Amino acid sequence: MKTKVVNHKTPSVDGKGIMMGRPAFTDDLAEPNSLIVKVLRSPHAFARIKKIDVSKAKVLTGVEVVLTYHDVPRTSFTRAGQGYPEPSPHDKFILDEYVRYVGDEVACVAAINESIADQALKLIEVEYEVLEPVLDFETAYENKNVIHPEDGIREMFPIGFEPKKNVAAAYDMHIGDVEEALAKCDIVVDETYYTQAQAHAMLEPHTANARLDYHNRLVIYTSTQTPYHVRRIISQTLDMPISKIRVIKPRVGGGFGGKQALHSEFFVSLVTLKTKKPSKMIYSRQEVFESSYTRHPMRMRMRIGAMKDGTIKAIDSDSLSDTGAYGEHALTVFMITGSKVLPLYNKVDAVHFGGRVVYTNHVSAGAFRGYGAIQGNFALESAIDVLAKKLSIDPLELRRKNMMDEGETSPIFAIMGEGTEGTAMDMDTCKLRYCLDRGAELIGWKDKYPFVKAGPHKVRAVGMAIAMQGSGIPYIDMAAATIKLNDDGFYNLTVGATDIGQGSDTVITQIVAEALMTTVDKVIIYSSDTDLTPFDVGAYASSTTYVSGNAALKAALKMKGMLIKEAANYLKVKEEEIVFDGEKFFAKDKVLTLSDMANRLYYNDNQHQLSATESYVGHKSPPPFMAGYVEIELDTETGEYDILHYVSVVDCGVTINPMLARGQVEGGIVQGLGMACFEDVKYSNRGKLNSNSFLYYKIPTMLDVKKLTTEFAESYEESGPYGAKSVGEIGIDTPPAAIANAVANATGVRINNLPVTPEKIFQGLNKRK
Amino acid sequence: MKVNFNLNGRNVSYDIPPGEYLADTLRNHSFLSVKKACDEAVCGACTVLLDGRPILSCSFLSARVEGRNVTTVEAVQDDVDEISNFFSDEGADQCGFCNTGLALTILALRKELKNPTDEDIKHFVVGNLCRCSGYQAQFKAIKNYLEAHK
Repeated sequence: MKTKVVNHKTPSVDGKGIMMGRPAFTDDLAEPNSLIVKVLRSPHAFARIKKIDVSKAKVLTGVEVVLTYHDVPRTSFTRAGQGYPEPSPHDKFILDEYVRYVGDEVACVAAINESIADQALKLIEVEYEVLEPVLDFETAYENKNVIHPEDGIREMFPIGFEPKKNVAAAYDMHIGDVEEALAKCDIVVDETYYTQAQAHAMLEPHTANARLDYHNRLVIYTSTQTPYHVRRIISQTLDMPISKIRVIKPRVGGGFGGKQALHSEFFVSLVTLKTKKPSKMIYSRQEVFESSYTRHPMRMRMRIGAMKDGTIKAIDSDSLSDTGAYGEHALTVFMITGSKVLPLYNKVDAVHFGGRVVYTNHVSAGAFRGYGAIQGNFALESAIDVLAKKLSIDPLELRRKNMMDEGETSPIFAIMGEGTEGTAMDMDTCKLRYCLDRGAELIGWKDKYPFVKAGPHKVRAVGMAIAMQGSGIPYIDMAAATIKLNDDGFYNLTVGATDIGQGSDTVITQIVAEALMTTVDKVIIYSSDTDLTPFDVGAYASSTTYVSGNAALKAALKMKGMLIKEAANYLKVKEEEIVFDGEKFFAKDKVLTLSDMANRLYYNDNQHQLSATESYVGHKSPPPFMAGYVEIELDTETGEYDILHYVSVVDCGVTINPMLARGQVEGGIVQGLGMACFEDVKYSNRGKLNSNSFLYYKIPTMLDVKKLTTEFAESYEESGPYGAKSVGEIGIDTPPAAIANAVANATGVRINNLPVTPEKIFQGLNKRK
Repeated sequence: MKVNFNLNGRNVSYDIPPGEYLADTLRNHSFLSVKKACDEAVCGACTVLLDGRPILSCSFLSARVEGRNVTTVEAVQDDVDEISNFFSDEGADQCGFCNTGLALTILALRKELKNPTDEDIKHFVVGNLCRCSGYQAQFKAIKNYLEAHK
């Protein structure tokens, strides 16, 4: 299909204004005299509040309100920010008698300025009964220390929730008999892998502000990925009519899953409702680290059985996930560890996937780009390389023989969804074979595998992994778009889709401009405001381009039909006789410009408003695929290594905006490299987060990656808007396994617990000496 | 206390609490291009120019700018407009929260380093963290901008 806007170089619609410093982010839009909201946080990993005295804080001049668990509604809920009913347990209260990790909320203060709010926090006297925390997730199950002993918590539907056993969720599924299949195999690889917690570290901290408007409605501005879920959850937890709440999502300064959840929204809402004054809360960087979310750490035992000829017959994946203090995304992240990883090798006779998600007294884990797939990918793609070595087969050859191909399917798709059953689907587009071959060419696999000498004690080695993700959640994720024609013939496009920096406003604008045969500057997008924009579940699950993009395309085609109908009416011809080129309507010898028609529609003749709303819910979730290759240079005396080159070849269907798609992949790769190489959330032995600042938690800088090469496979997904699939998450999945495989190729040392640090490699080298 | 300084070409006299940091003073006076992200001079989002050189305003006491010249993005709109074109051209902007601080660092880089190597450029901007882009497109955009000003 020949396109003019889609798949063409298009600058982002908002990059310039933001770089020039125009007010765009949540705090830029706070009321200047907002009360400053702060939260007193637990110094203990696990404790019960025996006594809390706020009398001194309350009388401090400038303090407007102090809230403890005595003052807030006791409704259990989940902060997860998912559709309703949520697949996460309702195990959280706004404020509670128990505190379950260092950084958990104890009390909330609002004052006329920051220093008074800080003083007030210090005046709150709390007497704790300190309880024995559970800090090792491998001992959490049926531990005598129960993290959620309280009443009033529940699952919305069966997810395996057993709080008395410290289990937030559990899952188990079988295809065939995996034990029997493994027993028949010539070779069985049996390895256990560990992935660490990772911090999102988006640059804009979690921020929200609230005010009451002149209709006496609560207006919340928040840096969120899910404005509609925020409105619903605030209404449910504060027991106020949803019609009294308006949630506005301005520009968001990065999310990566961390802003799918609700955090400060509860506190600013409570303070503003109590005081009738505007209020705002900005998480300090320490709070972002200590009191928002991390990635779920996991232990994954992976058994793969194969025949001597390299045919993989059975995969068994048995895992344990640490959800921290609260069970947000516990089940769904866990399931993705299987459902968006194991179908890569779809020709097996038997598969088993199962395990538990346990509570610990750590920072709560939540949604994070990759969402289980990065964990599962590290285990599976490491184990595949181990198998290749045992079989003495080139790892590329082993993958070629066993991996998913176009037109094929996996029974896993029908069995595993996100918290529920899945949706059967065939791979209408899967260019994995091309990605694998092209990536090998770009990295120079033939000449470099497994390694080449680069000095007396330096080697250069390559490693790789393949990956898949999804495109939204079928039959659950719904998105809508409204297009309004204006006089002079330009359009307003309002979407609930949430641009969090990934560029969805630009991509959706391009889709609409393409369908209406106009230019990007004629389509003015606005996202998102629960009063003004139509519903959308929000930016998560790699859904925006595919789900929200499809909704916008449907709305644009509907608008186009309306335009042609009006033009036929004005030109007194049949609709079929009209030819529309985006600017002019032609019929026989007659011509009408869109601009003239729009002006007549609103000012002169048969006046009425044209507006089209459409929505979309996916019937499948076509996976993007990729092959990731890394070349490293490793010092065999110290274990230190440099990342010289990372090659990504991606099948995400048609790239609506090739530059922004590349940015999604490369941003994901570098976050994934951070997790693979050095990012590590660390706690003291009493459960206090040690890595609670950028000084102690390193994220990649411009110096850490020498060269990235990113290419896209030619691919057209019929069900996607203009052939697109998703691209938001796939980039993060391959680096951990690719790095571990490259290190193994360089040294023979296999690191099964992330991050792959020089220290671990050095110890491995020493052990072999 | 009062602090008197030249802000974006105008002499100003602000009433501030003695321990206030410059990023807060500027944001409180509606210079909203100044972003706060780490609170401890690590990430670069709060970069402003002090007498033409980049400083991290989240950890710089406002009292210390007495009698000096402070520049924010609001005062160098044409320069930043131009830099943003190079970013757009490479698809380098994502969330943009770090971009105002980065733009000022780039302006300082252009002034301070003549004919910088790739490594010089990277070392100059290494303190401006970005969690979105993977840096590749950013680096190319910066290089192209500097090239255009040779």
